[in-house]
Amino acid sequence: MSDNIIELSGVAKRFVKGKDTISIFDHLDFTVPRGDFVALMGPSGSGKTTLLNLLGAIDRPTAGEIRIQGQRIDSLSEGELARWRGTHIGFIFQFYNLMPMLTAAQNVELPLLLTRLDSRARRRNVETALKIVELADRANHTPREMSGGQQQRTAIARAIVSDPPLLLCDEPTGDLDRDTANEILSVLQLLNRDLGKTIVMVTHDPEAAKFASRVLHLDKGRFAERTTAP
Amino acid sequence: MNDFTLIRKNLTRRRLRAGLLIFSIFIAFLIFGMLGAVRHVFSGENIKIADDRLVTVNKINFTQSLPVAYVERIRAVPGVRAVSYANWFGGYYQDPKNQLFTFAVEPESWLATHPELQIDDAARKDWLGRRDGLLVGEAAALKWGWKIGDRVPLSSNIYSQKSNGSHSWDFTIIGLYTVADPNVSTNAVLFNHAYFDESVSFGRDTIGLVVLTVDNPAMNEQVGRAIDAMFANSPAETATDTAKAFNKAFAAQFGDIAMIVTLVVGAAFITILMIVGNTMVMAIRERTREIGVMKSLGFPARRILLLVLGESLLLSFAGGIPGIAVATVSVGLLGHALGDFVQGLTMTPGILATALALMTGLGFCTGILPAWKAMRLDIVTALGRS
Ligand SMILES: Nc1ncnc2c1ncn2[C@@H]1O[C@H](COP(=O)(O)OP(=O)(O)OP(=O)(O)O)[C@@H](O)[C@H]1O
Ligand SMILES: [Mg+2]
Repeated sequence: MSDNIIELSGVAKRFVKGKDTISIFDHLDFTVPRGDFVALMGPSGSGKTTLLNLLGAIDRPTAGEIRIQGQRIDSLSEGELARWRGTHIGFIFQFYNLMPMLTAAQNVELPLLLTRLDSRARRRNVETALKIVELADRANHTPREMSGGQQQRTAIARAIVSDPPLLLCDEPTGDLDRDTANEILSVLQLLNRDLGKTIVMVTHDPEAAKFASRVLHLDKGRFAERTTAP
Repeated sequence: MNDFTLIRKNLTRRRLRAGLLIFSIFIAFLIFGMLGAVRHVFSGENIKIADDRLVTVNKINFTQSLPVAYVERIRAVPGVRAVSYANWFGGYYQDPKNQLFTFAVEPESWLATHPELQIDDAARKDWLGRRDGLLVGEAAALKWGWKIGDRVPLSSNIYSQKSNGSHSWDFTIIGLYTVADPNVSTNAVLFNHAYFDESVSFGRDTIGLVVLTVDNPAMNEQVGRAIDAMFANSPAETATDTAKAFNKAFAAQFGDIAMIVTLVVGAAFITILMIVGNTMVMAIRERTREIGVMKSLGFPARRILLLVLGESLLLSFAGGIPGIAVATVSVGLLGHALGDFVQGLTMTPGILATALALMTGLGFCTGILPAWKAMRLDIVTALGRS
């Protein structure tokens, strides 16, 4: 198996709106090695979210191949993709996207309902995930009772609880102040360094990008790479 | 946490909305249960009557009388085993609102044609021997606190005495009758037709109905036709039918209550269906983004469908079960209070089963559209542009 966790070759993505066809990528080749922490930057509308959607298999390419851990995901069925996402991908969104009626612990437990773990094992995994994001004391709080930073920590715990190898973050600090953003980014860094998670993070914030091990600029369907100092 | 926790929490996330919906479903099933029991009473389905018993009444309608001479002629019809007759007395006790099922009957033949009535030998002897004897059903005696030997005046809202014009007759309770089958009522009050006939101011030698038993229920129709043919083209033509059918027709004089009840319940349910269905669609639409998130976490489309359907089913049962339960209790209490008059006002297994089927149907119908939409929801669209 290749050492690249993500391999895109010749990926095209076009949206058809009536008579118009918007082409986001024409022929994108892109690889990410296992254990990398990539910051993805670029102007609004350049296709960053679209790319993350393709990587997380919640959207399909118009053409080309996408391999994650060596497996072609662009040809899986909807049902197979759902199962695949549950075990391979952790999504982290700008607006946290927690279930408002569930506590932090229940939100984190949600992906585990898709596994065969019994309730004791699930509880243990939830505790571990909440400990990693330093939110064990908020386990029984609902999103309404938590700050933005705490909600994002909960979302991160939810993303890692089923131990996926790849985390996809779309502007995870876009709605947070500087200090809170840095805390969240430190958590991501820790997940990358200590737990070996591969992370692709979309951001508009150059400060945030500094936490990554390299920065990719997406513009007009092409990449331009700049590596930050470690 | 499990899927049911999710369903429950989704349902109750807006407490006021959920509460109002549950309450309206509760009311719908309360109405359904109560009116269902009432409908059952008036449909006549509940009345247990021997299969081999026929009733002959005036063809015009059963309030018109027949000549008493018909009794003997009917007795001669082949296949007829026993014949008796009765007049509806229109009786009440003390106050016109204390209506009684009072019949003036020919004592011996009445017992012969109604073998389900059980009386002891002493009562039988008095009943056949005493002109003013009153044979009272167990339920009626219980209701009015009557004992054997009591002197009871009964008034008629139809007849009066020829001697003094009084509407009231004096009786002596000579016995109680019981029945073995709890579905058979014991609320009738019976007295000697001869006592009535000799003292009544009008309507002598006429009777309200003839009751007969046949040798074999298979002959019901044949015997009935023979009787009606015998009196065809006479001043008092007859209509003979099974006692069962007669009771049904008797119930139908209250209007087609079954039909009215069906319409009322139907209207209530269509309203509920639209309100709950619309609310479910709105509730799920509000959660578009969350559903997208769940799918991104790996929840398969089918599971999303089941979660939404489970929610509408839970909603339906959360209102429906208490509704039908309260209806059951209320019908039980009402049935007890009205026991003498409205025989068979109880919650039947059929009504309960129909209610459960309706709850399932309501839950399914109100949930299937939003569930289907949620299942088909595209993740990228659901997560929206941020
Ligand atoms: N479903 C769609 N139908 C049509 N066009 C779409 C659709 N989704 C995205 N686009 C278009 O694709 C382009 C890229 O969108 P995308 O969301 O990937 O940009 P982005 O780089 O994430 O932008 P931002 O930084 O503002 O989040 C935009 O021009 C957008 O209008
Ligand atoms: Mg974007």
